[in-house]
Amino acid sequence: MAEVFVAKFAEFPDGERKIVQHGAHDIGVFHWEGQFYAYANVCLHQGGPACEGLIMHQVEDVIGPDKTLVGQKFSDTQVNFVCPWHGYEYDMKTGECVPDRRLRLKKYNVVRRGDDVFVSI
Amino acid sequence: MDLPLSSDRTWRVDEFDSGKALAHAAKQAKQRNYDQFPIIDVDSHHYELESFNEILEYMPDPVLKQLAKMANSGNSKGVGVMPGGVGYQDMGGRAIRYPLRRIEKTEPGVHRDVSLTRRWMDVMGIDIAVLFPSPMLQLGLHPQVEAEVSLATAYNRWLSERVLAEESRIRSMIYLPFNDPDASYRMVKEFAGKKGVCGFMITSVRFRPVHHNSYMKVYSAIEETGLPLAFHAGYNWGEQSMGMMNKFIAVHALGFVWYNMVHMTNWVLNAMPERFPKLKVIWIESGLAWLPFMIQRLDNEYMMRSSECPGLKKLPGEYITDMFYTSQPMEIPRDMSLLESTFKCIKAESQLLYSSDYPHWDFDLPSTIYDLPFLKEKAKRDILGGNAVKLFNLDIGAGKRTKVA
Repeated sequence: MAEVFVAKFAEFPDGERKIVQHGAHDIGVFHWEGQFYAYANVCLHQGGPACEGLIMHQVEDVIGPDKTLVGQKFSDTQVNFVCPWHGYEYDMKTGECVPDRRLRLKKYNVVRRGDDVFVSI
Repeated sequence: MDLPLSSDRTWRVDEFDSGKALAHAAKQAKQRNYDQFPIIDVDSHHYELESFNEILEYMPDPVLKQLAKMANSGNSKGVGVMPGGVGYQDMGGRAIRYPLRRIEKTEPGVHRDVSLTRRWMDVMGIDIAVLFPSPMLQLGLHPQVEAEVSLATAYNRWLSERVLAEESRIRSMIYLPFNDPDASYRMVKEFAGKKGVCGFMITSVRFRPVHHNSYMKVYSAIEETGLPLAFHAGYNWGEQSMGMMNKFIAVHALGFVWYNMVHMTNWVLNAMPERFPKLKVIWIESGLAWLPFMIQRLDNEYMMRSSECPGLKKLPGEYITDMFYTSQPMEIPRDMSLLESTFKCIKAESQLLYSSDYPHWDFDLPSTIYDLPFLKEKAKRDILGGNAVKLFNLDIGAGKRTKVA
């Protein structure tokens, strides 16, 4: 298991992402709400750069107590990163493909050593 | 530019290069040796409204031209001139190339459409691309027939002179202003034989029966050219039945198939393949899953009601499998045996033509065909390029990567 340098912690603010390429590895590393997440940057659909698109909160239906649709909102808790090629959405915290959670991106461990952030491959 | 995101966040993006955004496609092309055989993309797009001021200069009617130029002079490109309307092709910016396209830089001295088209073709490994408009796919809904004719004339002349004449790797099937049969006939006569013209195209979103007698001279004229006739699918949220749907996914999923289902039904049951036996017909951008349905449905009813279709000399489905189909958006089912059955059903190894539909939101890379586990290498190569080479009679040289001169 090797560790690949991602960025200085100070240069990787919350809400940002870095793309790390090392040999055959193409990895997207996200810093989101105090946590780091890293996934293979290859979409399970057609191989697009899954980690390089928008970061969007999950869209949710708001259903009233009488089962009527009240409207839609963005989730307060679930955020997804979106493959920019075709819009496949992945759960930031798990790498699962949101429309079919049986599918998930390969996950990598991220470690912080002092001022540096590394990803384990 | 600042892209609006969820929860009132924004994302600042200062530059965009579609070639870099497709870097993974370039890797696929290298891994799969696309340079060893031709890949012909039979349905791709550009955004003609980006060049709308240039196009409007070609409008033959001076009054319509002045109206259109004035309507297009503000910030609202095409509004007031072009039909169409609500539709969220960019998925709220999730297909990020939509909003970022406006900041993409192109090489100086080359038309922007040529430059951008070459860029994605090169990274995907495409040798020849058949280019179609985007918003004009709904031009058949224009309430003024004369405006469809004038805008189509302008677009075709502009495309021919400014794009097709400049780049031999870009081809197109000429837009027919189908609401005017006489004008459609004149369009065939004007453009047949011009550089880069590889067929004629009817935008399917319209309300004219393809079997009407007024069109017979149009089909005869196309048949004489030896070039194919294509029906290009589209959507229309303004239609009453589509108006019952509240989500674009529904309108797109059904709309892009519906109009081609209507036209194909009329085309086959009115025996057009018997009347025009040498006319090659292509159905574009409806995917593939509709075809087993059409074949089964029409064959079953025809066996009971053949007296309504005396012009047919074989089953409707047999005419359907003689025609050609572009692959995108190819439905990838959970059970791949369904797709394999569909390929067998439509004789895909000889009748299917790869298409990307790039840069639209649901584009397909060549790998969608190349990676299918049930196809042999020859079938992959025929669908990706060989079938189109035969259909369009393309001169592609000796089989290596082809840059057609």
